[in-house]
Amino acid sequence: MSDFPSSARPGKLLAIIGDEDTCVGFLLGGIGQLDKHRKSNFFVVDKSLYPSATNIEEIENAFQQFVKRDDVDIILINQHVAEVIRNVIDRHTSPIPAVLEIPSKDYPYDPSKDSILRRAKGMYTAEDFR
Amino acid sequence: MSGKDRIPLFPSRGAQTQMKARLKGAQTGHSLLKKKADALQLRLRLVLSKIIDTKVLMGDVMKEAAFSLAEAKFTTGDFNQVVLQNVTKAQIKVRSRKDNVAGVHLPVFESYQDGADTYELAGLARGGQQLAKLKKNYQKAVALLVDLASLQTSFITLDEAIKVTNRRVNAIEHVIIPRIERTLSYIISELDEYEREEFYRLKKIQNKKKRMKQEAEIEKAIRKAKGINFDHAANILEDNEDEDLLF
Repeated sequence: MSDFPSSARPGKLLAIIGDEDTCVGFLLGGIGQLDKHRKSNFFVVDKSLYPSATNIEEIENAFQQFVKRDDVDIILINQHVAEVIRNVIDRHTSPIPAVLEIPSKDYPYDPSKDSILRRAKGMYTAEDFR
Repeated sequence: MSGKDRIPLFPSRGAQTQMKARLKGAQTGHSLLKKKADALQLRLRLVLSKIIDTKVLMGDVMKEAAFSLAEAKFTTGDFNQVVLQNVTKAQIKVRSRKDNVAGVHLPVFESYQDGADTYELAGLARGGQQLAKLKKNYQKAVALLVDLASLQTSFITLDEAIKVTNRRVNAIEHVIIPRIERTLSYIISELDEYEREEFYRLKKIQNKKKRMKQEAEIEKAIRKAKGINFDHAANILEDNEDEDLLF
């Protein structure tokens, strides 16, 4: 990887796992891509099936697949979705791809649930977050 | 750690100088690693405070973006499926380069625009302005999130590096240096013991020599008293009286 000059390296993608509105928003922002095998870099979590077990498994699979893909550098995930597969996210410790938890329209952002900020706990007190 | 834990070697002057050099090296390494750990810690604090700022900012930006999505939907009608079905190529991509802090490589992400907008014609009929605003807001969010991602990656990498460095600092401080010091004191005590042994041996030999000399003296005195003089013993090689033998 480091053999290439930085400009010659192919650009990496952002992947997104989230509810429909979040996905649509980011796709309009221009991060969506379908590869040769028609595999997308986004995963829409259907709200109607949301708490069922099969759906959780699907979300986990999608997450694992994005982690495995080497053209994905950053994974965006809605925080309420991340909460469902928290154990899988906590197990992902390598720096690349970076997993970012983002707020969604229906669920406000809660810093105390964030994997990274929980790691940083103890260095900063609660007042620093607000 | 037991007090007997030391490097197995033969206690000699050479080994002692070698150990002294190693102790010096270990101390230098310790102070250097400590400096590295401090530098990393400093950077980590910086990154962490930036992460917290960016996370708060992200909350605002995402709120604005979500709101503009609602606006666009209100004017254009539901376009979710159209957008989801018409994905082709990513317009925004991420480039990564490496930043170096005290020998630790931190990945830094940069987003850049590449290729044409897939949804150029979306909102052509109505709500075009709202959609343009929506796109702009989400692009802003993406840029911010990419920044946040590189901060977060730096944070994880730094955290890991600090752990490793601290482990090494502690290992040198609490294991390697004491072991070298123990070895050094062992060598010194052994060398002292050799020296004492050597001194004793020399004394002993001196005593013995003295005694022998005294005995010889006494014997000589006794012989002298008997009338035998050994000091001027006849030399068989210098008998001048002998005539040359001629054949």
